Amino acid sequence: MVSIAAFAIISLAGFGFFAWNMLKIRSNILMGRDVDRSDNKSERLKTMLLVAFGQKKMFSRPIPAFLHFAIYAAFIITQIELIEIVVDGLSGEHRIFREALGGFYTFMISFIEILSLLALIATIAFLSRRNLLKIPRFNMKEMKGWPKIDGNMILFMELILVCCIFTMNGADEVAYNRGYMHDGVLHQGSYGFAISSFIGPLLFDGLNDATLHTLERIGWWGHIAMVFAFLNYLPYSKHLHILFAFPNTYYSNLEAKGRLTNMESVTNEVKLMMDPTADPFAVPAEGAAEPQRFGAKDATDLTWKNLLDSYSCTECGRCTSSCPANITGKLLSPRKIMMDTRDRIEEIGNNVRKHGKDHDDGKSLLGDYITEEEIWACTSCNACVQECPVNIDPLSIIVDLRRYLVMEESKVPSELTGMLTNIENNGAPWQFSPTDRLNWKDEA
Amino acid sequence: MSLHVPTMAEKMAAGESPEILFWVGCSGSFDDRAKKITKALVKILNECKVDFAVLGTEENCTGDPAKRAGNEFTFQMQAMMNIQVLDGYEVKKIVTGCPHCFNTLKNEYPELGGNYEVIHHTQLIQELINQGKLALKGGGTFKGKKITFHDPCYLGRANDVYDAPRELIEKLDAEMVEMKRCKTKGLCCGAGGAQMFKEAEKGNKEINVERTEDALETNANIIATGCPFCNTMMTDGVKNFNKENEIEVLDVAELIANAADL
Repeated sequence: MVSIAAFAIISLAGFGFFAWNMLKIRSNILMGRDVDRSDNKSERLKTMLLVAFGQKKMFSRPIPAFLHFAIYAAFIITQIELIEIVVDGLSGEHRIFREALGGFYTFMISFIEILSLLALIATIAFLSRRNLLKIPRFNMKEMKGWPKIDGNMILFMELILVCCIFTMNGADEVAYNRGYMHDGVLHQGSYGFAISSFIGPLLFDGLNDATLHTLERIGWWGHIAMVFAFLNYLPYSKHLHILFAFPNTYYSNLEAKGRLTNMESVTNEVKLMMDPTADPFAVPAEGAAEPQRFGAKDATDLTWKNLLDSYSCTECGRCTSSCPANITGKLLSPRKIMMDTRDRIEEIGNNVRKHGKDHDDGKSLLGDYITEEEIWACTSCNACVQECPVNIDPLSIIVDLRRYLVMEESKVPSELTGMLTNIENNGAPWQFSPTDRLNWKDEA
Repeated sequence: MSLHVPTMAEKMAAGESPEILFWVGCSGSFDDRAKKITKALVKILNECKVDFAVLGTEENCTGDPAKRAGNEFTFQMQAMMNIQVLDGYEVKKIVTGCPHCFNTLKNEYPELGGNYEVIHHTQLIQELINQGKLALKGGGTFKGKKITFHDPCYLGRANDVYDAPRELIEKLDAEMVEMKRCKTKGLCCGAGGAQMFKEAEKGNKEINVERTEDALETNANIIATGCPFCNTMMTDGVKNFNKENEIEVLDVAELIANAADL
């Protein structure tokens, strides 16, 4: 009875705290500007199934993709066992589905065990890759400190989780062999699970009944405790991508990558400029929206999709490792753009909750987090957008920051000022006379 | 052979409306190297008797570099002016000599009211060959040579055109070799996003040098591309390695014009 109560309290607290944190993140994301991604639902669903569920883009690098898939599949399938754990925990039963499901139960748990073993191998591989192999993208400037700890923490948690599963099933197997526990009837059999029926006897055979029982309980409680710890760690971690990959790919940009968004506020002004009958002193129409800032200076000037992108980023660095600017030693790292955006919107969200909606901390995304040097190094080549396994778009943030600099602060690298003046005056980015445009026709 | 290059104004005066507008682009009009690409394309159009015209002095920058530099005002001013001209001539279909013009006209003009069917010149040439209008005579001077193709970002990733230029190169009597980074993984030449018009930020290498190394690794004799900016960057990259006597940087249009003996 005590354990049922304890289980119920842990579950409530676990889910409650997680929900509370998720609502905070939701309100942070909704601080962004609006963008319409409600169209084309079937195409969106298809994108989500292929890219998030099927991990299509991961497979451009096959070895990590396979290891990642093992962890992912184990995670998904283990949820079935988790349902049983929750029902057992609340009812005080033991393996409540076993009788009802019979052979299918054995198959299912065996399947989970095999995937868990693969996940264990993958986790060890990932840990060594992060810490022993010096892969450059895991050791860049933006990965120092918390991001590095974060990456390792998740892997250690996974390691513990898998160990708990095998401790639980292994000890249970040996106990079951002896007919100890459960209904008190001597079974003298085996659960026949694919892995624990071998490693159980191998590891735990010499132990006495009481120790076995304790071990099984440690595995069981450890498992569920890790699940809740993991769940509640997510909102503080890059690992949130396991959930956000789905909405983030669903709301992907479905247009050609080369198309930058049209700024309607500018369109209205340009139309006014080109309309000879327009009254330049006209009072704005009643109820017209406040003019927005051109481009983005702070995280709240970005769209909610940009912010969702930032929370979906798991800092894998595929974007940065394919960025031509980064490859050639420039400051720009698309991954850092995403991390900065997330850190800044978290900061703004916390400020708003603490000091009210209009609080100004005197900081901004551009300047305090992202420097001008970074954004001017971008070639808009879309490699980062192409590479991202969950369809994050760092380029649109970079362009919006440039728009703010150029249109609100008139801060343009000097050579670009010349280029822009030439376009305005000569209709070409170079200083050529427009009347010479067809000269090539008659040149030898 | 003299080039036949009618303008839209001339066509209109004659009461004709051509099937397709050739959008030459600023590079193709003013840059000495790119002008050769423009002429190669015109030779192909003339050979195939394509009913086309250019805007000539009425053409204006699409606004691509302004938009990518963050100046939406300049971009939209350019776009609106160009759309007025294009709509004035009732243009329906456009072929561009530059992937940046291609992308802007195709993807960014519709929202401002400019709706046209826009294709890149490699797509048009592919169409002409498939229709049997253009015959390659013996594959030109490329026998036994290795050709690699550098994907322009605004053709490839930006618009998913990877096959047209490659199918054209495969029609030549030459060996097509891919760089280790190609197609969706192709590395930028360093010119996009208005970088063409400024010095690069501080780093440890120029992007075009990094990209040229990819091309050198293939041991290709020719680096083919489909963009005047990529052409400039790759040509400079080859010069950086003092290989300009061994490796040529050519546009796919030039390769085809050569192979068709034009």
